Amino acid sequence: MDNAANKAPASAVPTNASVGAPTVANGDDYKFGFTTDVEMEKFGKGLNEDVIRAISKKKNEPAFLLDFRLKAYKKWLTMKEPNWAHVKYPAIDYQDIVYFAQPKQKPTLTGLDEVDPEILKTFEKLGIPLDEQKRLSNVAVDAVFDSVSVATTHKKKLMEHGVIFCSISEAVHEYPELIEEYLGSVVPVADNFYAALNSAVFTDGSFVYIPPDTKCPMELSTYFRINTEESGQFERTLIVCAENSYVSYLEGCTAPKFDTNQLHAAVVELVTLDNAEIKYSTVQNWYSGDPKTGKGGIYNFVTKRGKCLGRKSKISWTQVETGSAITWKYPSCILVGEESVGEFYSVALTNGYMQADTGTKMIHLGKNTKSSIISKGIASDHSSNAYRGLVRIGKNATGSRNFSQCDSMLVGGESSAHTFPYIETGNAASQVEHEASTSKISEDQLFYFQSRGVPREEAISMIVNGFCKDVFNQLPMEFAVEAQKLLALKLENSVG
Amino acid sequence: MATADYMLEVKDLHATIGEESAITQILKGINLSVKAGEVHAIMGPNGSGKSTLSKVIAGHPDYTVSKGVVLLNGENILELEADERSRKGIFLGFQYPVEIPGVNNAEFLRMAYNQKRKAEGKEEADPLDFEEILDARMKILDMDDRYKERAINEGFSGGEKKRNEILQMAILDPALAILDETDSGLDVDALKIVAGGINRLRGPGKAIVLITHYQRLLDYVQPDVVHVLSGGKIVQTGDKELALEVEKKGYDWLVK
Repeated sequence: MDNAANKAPASAVPTNASVGAPTVANGDDYKFGFTTDVEMEKFGKGLNEDVIRAISKKKNEPAFLLDFRLKAYKKWLTMKEPNWAHVKYPAIDYQDIVYFAQPKQKPTLTGLDEVDPEILKTFEKLGIPLDEQKRLSNVAVDAVFDSVSVATTHKKKLMEHGVIFCSISEAVHEYPELIEEYLGSVVPVADNFYAALNSAVFTDGSFVYIPPDTKCPMELSTYFRINTEESGQFERTLIVCAENSYVSYLEGCTAPKFDTNQLHAAVVELVTLDNAEIKYSTVQNWYSGDPKTGKGGIYNFVTKRGKCLGRKSKISWTQVETGSAITWKYPSCILVGEESVGEFYSVALTNGYMQADTGTKMIHLGKNTKSSIISKGIASDHSSNAYRGLVRIGKNATGSRNFSQCDSMLVGGESSAHTFPYIETGNAASQVEHEASTSKISEDQLFYFQSRGVPREEAISMIVNGFCKDVFNQLPMEFAVEAQKLLALKLENSVG
Repeated sequence: MATADYMLEVKDLHATIGEESAITQILKGINLSVKAGEVHAIMGPNGSGKSTLSKVIAGHPDYTVSKGVVLLNGENILELEADERSRKGIFLGFQYPVEIPGVNNAEFLRMAYNQKRKAEGKEEADPLDFEEILDARMKILDMDDRYKERAINEGFSGGEKKRNEILQMAILDPALAILDETDSGLDVDALKIVAGGINRLRGPGKAIVLITHYQRLLDYVQPDVVHVLSGGKIVQTGDKELALEVEKKGYDWLVK
């Protein structure tokens, strides 16, 4: 750190980052909008090579990882922020962001009793108890607070099955060969502007490795919580599922309400070998800004991609996007292995002044590969909701098939829905089908419910849930229930 | 509540549809009084305002009441939302029930049933309890199990939709049922079943208003009072003989 002293932004002076006034934005029901008063250690604002070196040094990383970061940073400097998405926002000042923030505590934790009790309380408040007695019995959780993984539950039990589930920082030290082999193998460092930024500055995230012939004995889950106002969150997730194995992974996220926007630029990489399957589910509920003014909220600029490397392997993305001021996210599958399968199931709900541009890419490279896409977009108030999807069937991917269905629903107000499907087929022996629809909840439908005694808001929630059923059916049970509740909560005040 | 002489009283009801430059007056001073235990039939030519009357009483937001009141057991209900009116005991059987894709019919029925239970301060029925209630009603209406799995009215034939309306009525057991052309589009066998469902509701504490084009339904559900509605007004009131007369002579002699 010392050598960075003359570079102003990287001074790494620990500051107490607790924010006094808990909720800045008002007028909505975002119940996760509180902040946690915990002493933070963070770098000063700004980004340069020294900051990256400092992050790497702080985390005591091997040389290959520092090289990875620096290479990404150099690429990033030459790249431009993408502007093709159907979203609008003022230019982001990347020198006004804190790139490293972590709760102040001992560098290595031996047990939960060393975690700041305020943080434990935070997760408990969010419904994610981490202590031994209360933790969820069938779900192992990695809890990430700002940039750092604070606890991972059920590690021992997983280890008995050879399953590795830990923070990516820990994996860098414990399993460097796996990290070196797979990190950046699906999303190259220069893939896109945000992915390059993430590759340069990522601080933590989750790592999962399922050994051959293993069905992971429980659901794995990472819960992300942004707490510090000025920090960006750049987490990195890597899941590798070896031959004949299976894992179901869940991701949840919330953030406090701030007047300012926070950048969340994550990268998720999935790899499946022969006959392996990864099921990845997300319920995203970042703070979406004040619904009346559009002020504040998270910019969710995320790159998620899976590579079906092995024959007959399968990657399935399910996402329920209900938060963030802006969502820019396209969980994708590269179908390399013959007969591999990619799936994308999505519900994106926008209200207030939210903007979502989300969808998927299905890249068919292997023969007889299959993909299916079901996307449900719901827009209300002044929000804008776009589906953007690419289906590309390579020249050699003969006998491949894709089915896409993209439905939009408008719920009153001044909202808009858009669909941008791109289809590229490189051979004639493949089949691509695309269906799309746009509907509006009609006054007659609502009256029908009301005439049976069902209040208007409950009617809307029931109609929207019905619209999303095909996607909710893909979620693990507890998540499906949570997702339905979230949608109902979001729609409560959106009724014109 | 028990002090009111009538369950339903409609007094000098005027209603319009549309806004500003495109307002159409549809109801032009309706008076109608229905006692508990009675069945009234409202007949009339197309466009006379029959469906509008039923929707205005049930609280459809597209219509504006420009004059008059609607009392349910002596209480003016015009300020209430449609769902509040329903929970007070009004049921509207639709002429053209709307389709609602993705929403399971049985779940919808349970939700409606529980709204009523809640309003009455009773405990909500869980899915198993409700299934028993539902099965019993479906049996009476000769409906098979498929109805439970399907989305509300989606892909239902005209007759199936009408039967589904009567099923909802049987489950909600309303104090006042207004049935808008529930007989249209039914073959004779289905008509008998639907009429059976209506007759089952009939009783001392209940009132039924049947809106119909034809006298056919009235062969199976005997009305106590028959009204003829024309041009937004009730032009004639009588007993069931009036319905037979209309059947024979049409409406022209009444309208003039």
